[in-house]
Amino acid sequence: MSYKGNFKVWRGDADGGDLEDYVVEVNEGEVILDIIHRLQATQAPDLAVRWNCKAGKCGSCSAEINGMPRLMCMTRMSVFSESETITVTPLRTFPVIRDLVTDVSFNYEKAREIPSFAPPKNLGLGEYRMKQQDVERSQEFRKCIECFLCQNTCHVIRDHEENKENFAGPRYLMRIAELEMHPLDEADRERAAQEEHGLGYCNITKCCTEVCPEHIKITDNALIPMKERVVDRKYDPVVWLGNKLFRRSGSRH
Amino acid sequence: MVQVQVERFDYDVIVIGAGGAGLRAAIEARQQGKKTAIISKSLFGKAHTVMAEGGCAASMGNVNEKDNWQVHFRDTMRGGKFLNNWRMAELHAKEAPERVWELETYGALFDRTKDGKISQRNFGGHTYPRLAHVGDRTGLEMIRTMQQKIVSLQQEDFAETGDYESHLKVFSECTVTELIKDGDRIAGAFAYWRDSGKFVLFSAPAIVLATGGIGKSFKVTSNSWEYTGDGHALALRAGATLINMEFVQFHPTGMVWPPSVKGILVTEGVRGDGGVLKNSDGKRFMFEYIPDVFKGQYAETEQEADGWYADQDNNRRTPDLLPRDEVARAINSEVKAGRGSPHGGVFLDIASRLPAEEIRRRLPSMYHQFKELADVDITAQPMEVGPTCHYVMGGVEVDPDTASSIVPGLFAAGEVAGGMHGSNRLGGNSLSDLIVFGRRAGLGAAEYIDALEQRPKISESDVDGAAARAVSPFDFPSSGQAENPYSIHAELQQSMNDLVGIIRKEEEVQAALDKLAELKERAKLVAVEGRREFNPGWHLAIDLRNMLLVSECVAKAALLRTESRGGHTRDDFPGMDSKWRNTLLVCEAYDDGARVTPKEQVPMREDLLELFELSELEKYYTDGELADHPQRSGS
Amino acid sequence: MKAGVGAPDRAQISERTYRTDRWWAYPLSTGGILLFFTAYALVRYFMNNYYWAPEEHYLTPLYSPCVNAACVPGSSHFGTFIPSYASWIPLGIITFLVLLGFRATCYYYRKAAYRSLMFSPAACAVPEPAKKYSGENKFPYVVTNGHRYFFYAALIFACINIYDAVLAFHGKNGGIGMGLGTVIILINVVALVAYTLSCHACRHIIGGKLKHFSKHPLRYRYWQFVSKLNPRHGQFAMISLFTVIITDAYIMAVSADWITDLRIFN
Repeated sequence: MSYKGNFKVWRGDADGGDLEDYVVEVNEGEVILDIIHRLQATQAPDLAVRWNCKAGKCGSCSAEINGMPRLMCMTRMSVFSESETITVTPLRTFPVIRDLVTDVSFNYEKAREIPSFAPPKNLGLGEYRMKQQDVERSQEFRKCIECFLCQNTCHVIRDHEENKENFAGPRYLMRIAELEMHPLDEADRERAAQEEHGLGYCNITKCCTEVCPEHIKITDNALIPMKERVVDRKYDPVVWLGNKLFRRSGSRH
Repeated sequence: MVQVQVERFDYDVIVIGAGGAGLRAAIEARQQGKKTAIISKSLFGKAHTVMAEGGCAASMGNVNEKDNWQVHFRDTMRGGKFLNNWRMAELHAKEAPERVWELETYGALFDRTKDGKISQRNFGGHTYPRLAHVGDRTGLEMIRTMQQKIVSLQQEDFAETGDYESHLKVFSECTVTELIKDGDRIAGAFAYWRDSGKFVLFSAPAIVLATGGIGKSFKVTSNSWEYTGDGHALALRAGATLINMEFVQFHPTGMVWPPSVKGILVTEGVRGDGGVLKNSDGKRFMFEYIPDVFKGQYAETEQEADGWYADQDNNRRTPDLLPRDEVARAINSEVKAGRGSPHGGVFLDIASRLPAEEIRRRLPSMYHQFKELADVDITAQPMEVGPTCHYVMGGVEVDPDTASSIVPGLFAAGEVAGGMHGSNRLGGNSLSDLIVFGRRAGLGAAEYIDALEQRPKISESDVDGAAARAVSPFDFPSSGQAENPYSIHAELQQSMNDLVGIIRKEEEVQAALDKLAELKERAKLVAVEGRREFNPGWHLAIDLRNMLLVSECVAKAALLRTESRGGHTRDDFPGMDSKWRNTLLVCEAYDDGARVTPKEQVPMREDLLELFELSELEKYYTDGELADHPQRSGS
Repeated sequence: MKAGVGAPDRAQISERTYRTDRWWAYPLSTGGILLFFTAYALVRYFMNNYYWAPEEHYLTPLYSPCVNAACVPGSSHFGTFIPSYASWIPLGIITFLVLLGFRATCYYYRKAAYRSLMFSPAACAVPEPAKKYSGENKFPYVVTNGHRYFFYAALIFACINIYDAVLAFHGKNGGIGMGLGTVIILINVVALVAYTLSCHACRHIIGGKLKHFSKHPLRYRYWQFVSKLNPRHGQFAMISLFTVIITDAYIMAVSADWITDLRIFN
């Protein structure tokens, strides 16, 4: 049942670091985070790792396991063979603090740049009425646990540091989509999505969707619908002409 | 002596903890015009509240119009076996609906009823469908909603001052080690950044504790590493008192296999939506475990229980939805009697009761959790579940209306506050507790500051002392073997689990106290290697002090209370004793440890008492207490 | 490596990727398919021949509709309203542009092409080679925003293809008949319709753009239908690519008399 597994774990900080080899006991039913904890308790007490719930609900223990961005608590050891050497590194898109811990403040800064929910002014407490079918799209996006794996894997910023300034990343473009589809939100968000938050950088290569531990269809259900809404507003000559002629206020129904 | 370099900040209100209660308190304090800081051990938005699954109890009456605050109040008092602070239970039941509706104005998207209102689901101990929910991730929705409300407030401040953080700032991954006082008043808090290990000093006249619970002192727990009882311990050391610490809730359904996920929660929503508990004989055993106080309120046949899901007016609810303490004890007994599942739990079956599609829709994260962590498909197989340490009913003794502790300037809300839930909390009452008393604590802190004549001052010697205590784990002991914090923690968890766990008896609790005394001595020799930058060994060494102190309160109170009630079950005193009903066990810091003394609670207000039938009260109250009851004195 | 994952402050890791799975399989195979189809289509369009099997009434989708005055007799189901032009310009130029436009701006093919032809990125968490990246903000990529117009056109062409398929039930001796070609054409039409209806722009237009589904119950139902197809848009895209090639190749072979159509009846 139990065996000795080979691991390479990145140790270091902003000044430098390297993979270090460890041999750790692996038991049935364990996940990568268990191994990291065993490492801490037995061989490397100061190994830095960020984690909270260990149940895939808080999104703290993001790392790259064999090069793939994943939650350590949701990566079962049984998906690897016993002879395999497993590599664990910190996220490679954000500045490293120490070992497996990175500075994810980029994401919190981006969160602040997205205009918040604009509630209807004429409704008091308890007067909100929304149909289930109208809230379902946004509810999918609200499953997000903010593990930032999508932000980490998105090549727009992963491979191009300079784009960080102008690109909110999948998580926050999805936040715009969530508010845009919120049945009672009153703000106008389409132009800003493209012009201020960098929706146009997205080339829908779907890595955000691929790594999402909550299985949110970020690209198909949030980013592409947002792109289409931007087209309605910005790029569609027919809609533009229609609005000019009939003075309609866009696509708000 | 270390050279102390300390970053310093001035705030009006400091909220320690960024879970539901902390965020709601911070929102309130900021809206009252106070400059507010939130200090969190984790990243912003990761708090333990995200783990809450089932829902948030509020008697909005959207699904069953008969529901109102009085019914909710009664359910809460029953659930807590009438030991609750009745004023808190009253405020909670009255204010919960407004607090939930308020979340909608922040952008929350709860599941809806057909007519577009917030949908409400059934839960253990609640008479009517009462829990506002979003699938089985209600806690996540609440934390995210309040996180986003805070961002929204910061955006308002940015528009006004050009600085997002001018009035409301989140200090994430920052741990408070000590509260600092000026005379008898709160003056500030001393903390360290987890990433750099550097020290921070917050000066503030009012502090709201919202640090959650103590579950990490137990081995099998649904709680995360943050739940080390920091707030409980900070309050004790600052001179505040804790009550009800003997009442620890073991959630009846935690995962039992594989070992690495043992304790992770399986939401009560599974049972609310039709799941039933079975033993290894395939028998629905809960029918055998309806206690006398609940006789007549629960279905006695499977047929009636099954009918209840569709027709609640003509059927009584299934005993699978008895309050958590009852269900946890029942599971424990089944396992002990040899009728458990292969991995030492019982079976929770929803697969045979709902279509697969429906299960995935109603319980998406449960489906996900079992699929990915245990390789079990809950739409095809039963789950294996067993009790897990989930919640502590006990906490800081507070004034119900203002959430103020006995220390001026120190407030507490959420799990770290005691009283509201009595001896046992109903599922769903925690999320509503957070927002009702989170808001009251923020308000209480703001009012306290307004009435304050002079801002308290922090003395430098207190700062130096706090810094020295914080770094002491780096000093290897001059004599004797240095101790590893991980080993001490593991031993603490094991003894609390085995000796002060779900079923207690005098010798075992006494043995736990002896063990605690030993661990406390050994903890003084704890030494850690490495530097201060993100050093988990050091962090644990600091948290360990809190866990040991709080565990002492739990064990001492558990030893003193010679009856079984709610979350406290004594094997040697199996019955509930009316003489104990009104007695609170108060824990305070004493010497190097804790001291527990009994105290009488204020009797319930007349109009509230009249909400109950005399016959029900007689099950809990002593004859003397009921002598003046109108139904008795009148007859 | 200075840019991207090698940027200062990030964890200094020398390897480009530690992925151990066969991440290169998708870009390799997809790239191969895309290049093959492009080459095949170019050859076929410039062939300007073998697009109509007169006895069986099979018209290849690559040339449909044939509306040029130079189209061979019988192949023009909608008349020949375009005068003949220089013979080196393919007869199916309009069809080619619609087909290419719809597929090139398609959200699935964009992913496929960015990954396999431009390595941007080749696979998740594998660094891309390009130094600069501006996404779909600038020309020519900004043109992809016009996808919905190609969708409208593709929808019309899909209808034409359905009409062509009906005509392919033509008996060799007159009346109704059916051959292997008819079956192939039919399968292709089904694949094309599935691909066209599962399109993201279609999903948006049919209902996705609405803020309140509850106020538009009928469009909500359409949207739900398209939303069921949409997750398989990529599969339909690839399947229809092959069915188009197979259909065209079969009709070409029949038309050129390289093979004889296998008749099921008449």
